[in-house]
Amino acid sequence: MDPYSKRKKELPERPPESTRPSPFPDEVLELVLGLLKSNKDRSSVSLVCKDWYNAESWSRTHVFIGNCYSVSPEIVARRFPKIRSVTLKGKPRFSDFNLVPRNWGADIQSWLVVFASKYPFLEELRLKRMTVTDESLEFLALNFPNFKALSLLSCDGFSTDGLAAIATHCKNLTELDIQENGIDDKSGNWLGCLPENFSSLEVLNFANLNSDVNFDALERLVSRCKSLKVLKVNKNISLEQLQRLLVCTPQLTELGTGSISQELTERQYTELENTFKHCKNLDTLSGLWEVMTPYLPVLYPACTNLTFLNLSYAALQGLELANLLRHCPQLRRLWVLDTVEDKGLEAVGSNCPLLEELRVFPADPFDEEIVHGVTEAGFVAVSYGCRRLHYVLYFCRQMTNAAVATIVQNCPNFTHFRLCIMNPGQPDYMTNEPMDEAFGAVVKTCSKLQRLSVSGLLTDLTFEYVGRYAKNLETLSVAFAGTSDWGMQCVLGGCTKLRKLEIRDCPFGNAALLSGLEKYESMRSLWMSSCNVTMNGCRLLAREMPRLNVEVMKEEGSDDSQADKVYVYRSVAGPRRDAPPSVLTLSGI
Amino acid sequence: MEGVVAYENDLNLKATELRLGLPGTERNQEQAVSCARNNKRPLPETGDQNGGAKAKSDAPNTPPAPKAHTVGWPPIRSYRKNSLQQPKQTAAESSVMYVKVSMDGAPYLRKIDLKVYQGYPELLKALENMFKFTIGEYSEREGYKGSEYAPTYEDKDGDWMLVGDVPWEMFMSSCKRLRIMKGSEARGLGCGV
Repeated sequence: MDPYSKRKKELPERPPESTRPSPFPDEVLELVLGLLKSNKDRSSVSLVCKDWYNAESWSRTHVFIGNCYSVSPEIVARRFPKIRSVTLKGKPRFSDFNLVPRNWGADIQSWLVVFASKYPFLEELRLKRMTVTDESLEFLALNFPNFKALSLLSCDGFSTDGLAAIATHCKNLTELDIQENGIDDKSGNWLGCLPENFSSLEVLNFANLNSDVNFDALERLVSRCKSLKVLKVNKNISLEQLQRLLVCTPQLTELGTGSISQELTERQYTELENTFKHCKNLDTLSGLWEVMTPYLPVLYPACTNLTFLNLSYAALQGLELANLLRHCPQLRRLWVLDTVEDKGLEAVGSNCPLLEELRVFPADPFDEEIVHGVTEAGFVAVSYGCRRLHYVLYFCRQMTNAAVATIVQNCPNFTHFRLCIMNPGQPDYMTNEPMDEAFGAVVKTCSKLQRLSVSGLLTDLTFEYVGRYAKNLETLSVAFAGTSDWGMQCVLGGCTKLRKLEIRDCPFGNAALLSGLEKYESMRSLWMSSCNVTMNGCRLLAREMPRLNVEVMKEEGSDDSQADKVYVYRSVAGPRRDAPPSVLTLSGI
Repeated sequence: MEGVVAYENDLNLKATELRLGLPGTERNQEQAVSCARNNKRPLPETGDQNGGAKAKSDAPNTPPAPKAHTVGWPPIRSYRKNSLQQPKQTAAESSVMYVKVSMDGAPYLRKIDLKVYQGYPELLKALENMFKFTIGEYSEREGYKGSEYAPTYEDKDGDWMLVGDVPWEMFMSSCKRLRIMKGSEARGLGCGV
């Protein structure tokens, strides 16, 4: 029997049938609304009237919470009684770059405790930037008998022991996705904790782990799990081992290889080539750690239907990339290291007409003497060849206003434009002018722009442009830029759809902070660090806007009056009570 | 935060100062002081050619000078940073291990192969010969006493460490580059701190 239907009768909150004659019984309305998948649509629907609000609440099975402190688990459970899948995001994004103190918060445990009582049949949990301890993972494994899918991205606080607990107790596990986390890799045989008859796995991603896994256990697991669609192994899996795995999994759609650096005999090479020939269903390929160039061609047969190629851990040269790309006619998304240089990007332009997303990461971000990497020329070359490009993340050491103007002229459909000129405050290297006109061109031309990251030498003019033209902008990241409060005021005043604003090392002060008073409740959050905001400014903000949480993180040895790091976010749960001593919660009371 | 307070104080002076440089060029001075990293940071051109008037009105436009190794910049996830550095270290199998060596005040850098040396004494002697200077006596408590130079290295985490504190093997696997610090900076690092 559906456990939820029983609880429905017991819950006092369920309102009586509306007295106004309704065209549909509640159950029918719920069925209809249950077909809605988009959370945006569901939010709209819930605003129509009380009946629709209730029907939507009762039919929602997945909830997305973009800031774990904006709401409490009790409030969530009260509104949505039938949740089976939860996505939670915790720390501010700048925690990825070590700007947030270690014990800041976003611990999943308090959520799990409430879920254990309110959603015992929870099936999926997807966490980003949360703190997850081994105890929490064990709690999760033991308290949710139907639990199926766990995804941890950029989380911290757990070790392979926690993974062992999940493997041991989650009998219905279909997905285990561990990505880019601060994991305490104690090695140990966590993979071997999966029972011998266990065969329901569809997604397994342990590319993050540096220790060895028990290969025999892995091989047996993979051959048992006929529904396995996604397999991403870590760099300790050799080519030979990979080959044995692939023989069992021709149905894979996403593959993350181990390292491609083992010496192969000719027979091994041929075998591997044949195995890859049978991987016709692959749409995603990643991994390729420590790749040895001569072996790259072994992958070619598997690339025919690839739409996403992630080479961001493979230090390829331009020519190697060019050769590989010739075999990837369907490519939509490409991530590379800047070792491919401009030549490699020219090859992208020539070989990937369907490309929609490009990310170029720096291989050596901290070495300023390096004259390699990519330049504006590479980006321009891509823009000429890939007219459908709409998402870019580009790390470079030089850029010009003219180049960016050309790029957006070629590709006016950018939704995400993230340009990182790595030397802070660097001007257009040919004209020596600020990069204002570059970003001006971006916002003027790309009317669909949702996300923008700016860099280089920028005056308030950039922000005037952003405020005036970027009417669809939702996320803005700013570092080492701007001239005065006016810049930030333009953004807050002009970008009507702004949801997330993160700023570091800019000359914006209290006037700028307070100009957004009315705006912050319509945003998810604001981050300002190493700017000119003072404690008094923050106190004023907290006083004027009691439904905002205003948190200040103090640095050791800093001036008492300076608000070193400020994090402001709307919340219906009130100020949080789990902040560490280094985080001051400013209350409006 | 110190940098910000200094910025606020500087603001008054700079507003009245007559300059010809372009926006961002004030940073040259601040970088010379705070840039502990190396002598060759690519600086924006101090263009005197054009935009003089523009420069004056933009004079307050000085983003706080990024110190050597600004925290969290460039914005790359720690996980990715660490993953990229590892391949170089697992070149333990390879027969050479070249690292750059810079010396404060020297016009260009040198490169040495760490694998050539059996331990610290050999390495330090080689550095002394290469750059024509003397390093003092090493002690755990006081670092290098008796000279105005201190040999330092940048480790995997991007921190600057004093050469000699950790076992040689550990040093070999975590050393990315060397720098011979001189003068007051060196004193701050090694001696009696």
